[in-house]
Amino acid sequence: MNKPESISGGSTKRKSILHNGKSLSQNRRDMYSTSKKTGHYDGLKELKLKKSDPITFEKIFSKLRAGVVNARETAKKIAASPIVEQEGELCFTLYNTAGDCVCTSTGIIIHVGTMGMAIKYMIENEWEEDPTINPGDMFTNNDCQIGNVHPCDIATIVPIFHEGKLVAWVGGVTHVIDTGAVGPGSMSNGQVQRFGDGVQITCRKTGINDKPMRDWQHEVQRNVRTPKYWILDERTRIAGDHMIRDIVEEVIADVGVETFLQFTSEIIEDGRRGLVKRINDILIPGKYNTVAFVDVPYMHEDVHVPSPFAKVDTIMHAPCTITVKPEATWRLDFEGCSRWGWHTYNANPTAFTSGIWVMMTQTVVPTERINDGSLYASEFRLPKGTWTNPNDRRTAHADAWHFLVSSWSSLWRAVSRGYFSRGYLEEVNAGNSNPCNWMQGGGFNQEEEIHAVNSFETAACGTGACAMKDGLNHAAAIWNPEGDMGDCEIWELAEPLLYMGRAIKSNTGGYGKYRGGMGFETLRMVHNSADWCMFFMGNGYMNSDWGLHGGYPSATGYRFEAHNTGLHKRIAEGKSLPMGHDWNPDYPDYENHLEPGAIVKRDNQCITTEEIFENGDLYLNYLRGGPGFGDPLDRTIENIQKDLNDVVLLEEYAFKIYGAIFTKDDEGYYTVDVDKTRARQAEIRKERLARAKPVKEWMKGERQNILDKKASKQVQQMYASSFELSQPFLDKFRAFWSLPADWLVTEKELGVPCFGSKHAMDLSQMPDVKTVVLVEE
Amino acid sequence: MATTYTKKQVADLIDGDLDWETVRKMLFMPKDPLRFEMYIDVLQDRAKWDDKIVLPLAPHLYIVEDKNGDIVNKCDCGYVFGPYTENWKLNAVIFVRDTDEKFNEVYPNLMAPNQEWQVYREYYCPECACQHDVEAPTPWYPVIHDFEPDIAAFYKWVGLKVPKKIAA
Repeated sequence: MNKPESISGGSTKRKSILHNGKSLSQNRRDMYSTSKKTGHYDGLKELKLKKSDPITFEKIFSKLRAGVVNARETAKKIAASPIVEQEGELCFTLYNTAGDCVCTSTGIIIHVGTMGMAIKYMIENEWEEDPTINPGDMFTNNDCQIGNVHPCDIATIVPIFHEGKLVAWVGGVTHVIDTGAVGPGSMSNGQVQRFGDGVQITCRKTGINDKPMRDWQHEVQRNVRTPKYWILDERTRIAGDHMIRDIVEEVIADVGVETFLQFTSEIIEDGRRGLVKRINDILIPGKYNTVAFVDVPYMHEDVHVPSPFAKVDTIMHAPCTITVKPEATWRLDFEGCSRWGWHTYNANPTAFTSGIWVMMTQTVVPTERINDGSLYASEFRLPKGTWTNPNDRRTAHADAWHFLVSSWSSLWRAVSRGYFSRGYLEEVNAGNSNPCNWMQGGGFNQEEEIHAVNSFETAACGTGACAMKDGLNHAAAIWNPEGDMGDCEIWELAEPLLYMGRAIKSNTGGYGKYRGGMGFETLRMVHNSADWCMFFMGNGYMNSDWGLHGGYPSATGYRFEAHNTGLHKRIAEGKSLPMGHDWNPDYPDYENHLEPGAIVKRDNQCITTEEIFENGDLYLNYLRGGPGFGDPLDRTIENIQKDLNDVVLLEEYAFKIYGAIFTKDDEGYYTVDVDKTRARQAEIRKERLARAKPVKEWMKGERQNILDKKASKQVQQMYASSFELSQPFLDKFRAFWSLPADWLVTEKELGVPCFGSKHAMDLSQMPDVKTVVLVEE
Repeated sequence: MATTYTKKQVADLIDGDLDWETVRKMLFMPKDPLRFEMYIDVLQDRAKWDDKIVLPLAPHLYIVEDKNGDIVNKCDCGYVFGPYTENWKLNAVIFVRDTDEKFNEVYPNLMAPNQEWQVYREYYCPECACQHDVEAPTPWYPVIHDFEPDIAAFYKWVGLKVPKKIAA
């Protein structure tokens, strides 16, 4: 073992807490620069331990991996929050001394990167000097400016020591119900700046000698609406971290500290090699160009924001070029993204890149061996000033997922093109659904306590279609591969909202040869609350996913809410009630079961802010479907018939989309006539050609629309924002449409608020702060 | 030993008829290195033309090497969309859904996008009317060139001879 030495740079500094005698930051920088220079993690051209003693190498991995998974499964039972206990919104990860991930549990594995970034922040800002890092310490972080996705993901990070020297870190994260933001619920959207986004804790030392500190607990509990859940969530994280620390101590006792430290570097290089091999095995080199959008409709009267400059309709724009290189590494370049905005949907580079790994572990690298090695085989370019990398420290992030899930769907579609071309049809996924609506709210609950809710029924949306089968119905969400819609009975305990129905939502999956998985809908009635507010959060005017190879995008969202319903009166009188399906929203039926004078809102305004809901009021929580694959006219007659009989396809659209000619018997069973359907499909093909025009001819008309600036303000604002940030995007746009060299659209000419677009200040300009940057900007 | 499947199994996969046990195995086992060759074999057997399939792009769309050795984008029906380096969509026909009425053919109005925000652009083959792709961008968006494969590098990966005009 190395003898401890003083850290260079000052006699007042503490002795190194590392075996190699370096300061934490020097240790990390050496590892990082060596990795970049050699192309191998920590310069490991050879995996000596793995090569010389593969059994020990695998035993260590198995024990650690089993340890983190077991810690998650055990610790989540401590939580009271259904978000953690039912949905599994937690994750535990083991890091080496540089803050690079060694192995992670199942769950919300985006936090492999976010907790790693928090550790790196502590390392770079010399936490070992002040506030000091000692055995038994615990640190809490949820700061979005240093990598957290959104404030509701609270991480507890514990350093692991052996004989007085730091040997690893462990982090546990849970998604809490409320962070004391302006609006209740963990992903609220009334606020437009960080200063209303909920309590934010920056790697604060919150525990010593394995106990959370009293001042911390007193302070933080009164800063949130749901202190009981907060306390139990923290205990969940601490318990899991300490279980993993015990495992690490056992491993070191078994193999020795030198071998353990060697392992924590080699496993990351092994992970890097794993990604390269997998890219080589499954993808095709070349360029994959893709793009995603989602709506931010803030001009609506039901969106109340504190700042006038936030009252603007905008569109998130996320173009991406994925370059798979001949040497089987890759680069993801997001040149052309739109600017960050005055809303809660901004991301930061770590949330963005970590989140991509959540997606990639479900497709490119579906292995338990995932760790930070993958990051070392990848290049990310996230231009500064865009929503992926804000250049201003005022940004809000509470629902960063609104943009993140939307942009990632296009990446899934892009890599699936490679799988399809290579013949790995079983891996193709047309994309992910936009996992929403986020049903949130708060007030006084049925137990007469101040409360907040965020329904995680979103964890079970429809999945995208594959190239050889339909997507799964109400099955998953991109951010948690083990999603679950949760039990109605548990949600009713957690929320003052009775279920009036829970059903598969017809026509929500995108049509195609293989259709996207269906979403579902739950109708909730406010019950037994003293004061209650709710709001909607999701996509409504736009799809964020597209279909693949001729399949259609999934359906967009819409909202239904009803007030002054008279339902308690109707229940008392035994009258009919709105229940179950909202079959076709163009022909509404719920309204037929409400008392006269009921106020109903049915529209595509799927982002709203807090609105008062009285007992007896209704809220439809509609969870989205996934996109489709292939030309719908290639769908088998058997599958069309099955969709009709499974009641996931409205009759009208069986005819319009698939050309299905069918009969329905007295029992309600559908039979599709093969010959008549084939004949109708032949007519549809003729109709397609009759109404279509050559692309180059259509382009002339669209070019004229551009020259005439004929598009809605929000569309033009999106382009103006991207043009201002990206000359390459503007150049490509002008070139494609053969526009004059001086053609431009600006926010100024549109007359939309663009406050914050000229002057910005990010975290790096704060005193005594060293930021950690791991992407090209 | 590397994972392998039969040509029949690969054909069944293409047709969506492969048994779930084998599909599961394909998902969790290491990838079979011969898949691409088998895949091309099956598709070549089914092609209505003699051009050599270089790379499938979509269920009815391929990059092929024609009898002159030119590498082009080609539909199942035989329609040629132009050189493989160009975006095939530019030689397709298009139908844009940009009104409530046109969207309502696909979804109930409340479940369809709003044309002030987004449109659907459906790309058909001008001869057989196959819907090869649907884009869902904002108005004005340039036609997206989805995939620009590096065929030379890929063919080296899988140990196949690079078509002459690509190698050149």
